[in-house]
Amino acid sequence: MSPLYGRLLILIILASTWQGIAWLVNSSDFPSLFIVMESFIYHFFHGDMLINLSVTLTRVLISFIIAMILGVMIGILMGISKRLNQLSDTLLIIVLNIPALVTILLCYIWFGLVESAAIMAVVINKVPTVVVMIREGARVVDEDLLNVAKVYKLSLRKTFFNVFLPQLYPYIMASARAGLSLIWKIVLVVELLGRSDGVGFALNTLFQFFDIAGILAYTFAFISIVLVIENLIFRPLDKLIARGIHHDRA
Amino acid sequence: MIALDVAIKDKYYANSDLVVLKEIQFSVKPGEFVAIIGPSGSGKTTLLNMISGLEEATEQTLLCNGKPLNGGKAFPLGYVFQQPRLMPWLTVNENIQLVLPTTQETIIKTLLAQVGLAGKGDYYPKQLSGGMQRRVAIARAFAVNPELILLDEPFNSLDAPTASTLRLLLADLCKSRGSTVVFVTHDLSEAINLADRIIFMSHSPSSIIHQTTVDLPKPRTESGSNELAWQAKLMNQYPQILSGSLCTD
Repeated sequence: MSPLYGRLLILIILASTWQGIAWLVNSSDFPSLFIVMESFIYHFFHGDMLINLSVTLTRVLISFIIAMILGVMIGILMGISKRLNQLSDTLLIIVLNIPALVTILLCYIWFGLVESAAIMAVVINKVPTVVVMIREGARVVDEDLLNVAKVYKLSLRKTFFNVFLPQLYPYIMASARAGLSLIWKIVLVVELLGRSDGVGFALNTLFQFFDIAGILAYTFAFISIVLVIENLIFRPLDKLIARGIHHDRA
Repeated sequence: MIALDVAIKDKYYANSDLVVLKEIQFSVKPGEFVAIIGPSGSGKTTLLNMISGLEEATEQTLLCNGKPLNGGKAFPLGYVFQQPRLMPWLTVNENIQLVLPTTQETIIKTLLAQVGLAGKGDYYPKQLSGGMQRRVAIARAFAVNPELILLDEPFNSLDAPTASTLRLLLADLCKSRGSTVVFVTHDLSEAINLADRIIFMSHSPSSIIHQTTVDLPKPRTESGSNELAWQAKLMNQYPQILSGSLCTD
């Protein structure tokens, strides 16, 4: 069985299990797939779903890019400099353990209910986890390969982009994957607490009407977008990064 | 061409008080092929690392043409490490291109043909056998047109025919370039086959116990009678020399 069929099969099993339970429970708190689909079509064509999705996605992408760039830079610096690591290690652990909700609330209180405060709250939540992962990668960089660069007197730019950074790609990929899922969850909370658009805001409204089918419809919409991103961006990137590393002997 | 003067006093292992090298002093003439032989753990790799500038001792004088090696005028240096140390994410072509300042497709192509890897330029290192990877490492070292080339047991753990092909190749390349060579090995017949002069080192803390010129005409062969006789004579005189001792019993 090809991997594609395997994936489809699992989806079908999940869907039919759900449908079965919905029939058995027979309650408006557990809507069947058809009701969710109906709700999806309604919100998609007649509601604000498209606008809300695009607003949320923009927020996710902006905070994702900022968090990844900052996290990779700080992670590399902490990984290669023992002193910097000792200095900022405690700070990192503190930031890593501040509850997401607290950062969000504080950002809104200090900077107002504005877009930049929302983005900043998400970034502050995400950066430490990227730093932790990249730092591990930078710590175990192969000294032997760096010595090759040193012996052959490669420029700093060449050494960084051709010898140092490629060793971090797997770590960057892992934190990007983990990052995207964490970020969109946090963005929803940020939207729920202090924005008047986006999926988080929409979910809050649906919750107040106990529109469970609507909540599920939104969830599906967003999960499908993440799946598309995974297949269109992350998988091809994976292949690019794995080049030369997972080859079999010719 | 590069002449090399090496004087090292007490080189310690990194973060330890164990002495690796003690009172090492030797010179290499321009274009000379010097082999260094010593038992395992006698600091041969450390010595090459110091010549290449990767490691330093507190008291050392490394002169190249009479001027300090580090801080002096940089000259092209080729270093073939014990492991090929190719970048796995770069193809063979890209690996060689990496050490060159400008794009030099023809040079890379010629070099790959010389090491018997014509047409393998677009392969990744993991797609090649160990012997092929070593050949790429040798091609990389010669790509920079090195005035000084350091080799650290480059034919270790290769099967005999591959090793002897690569030895011939190395001798050819060195001869055509006129590079000064420091070649570390623990294989005496390999050293006799290639070197103008052999330096023997003792157990750690290592010092030089013996130096001898290989006064045999080139090209040499691995099991030629002259070479075998030369080796037998040396072993007869110093039976323990390969374990780092000049004792006769």
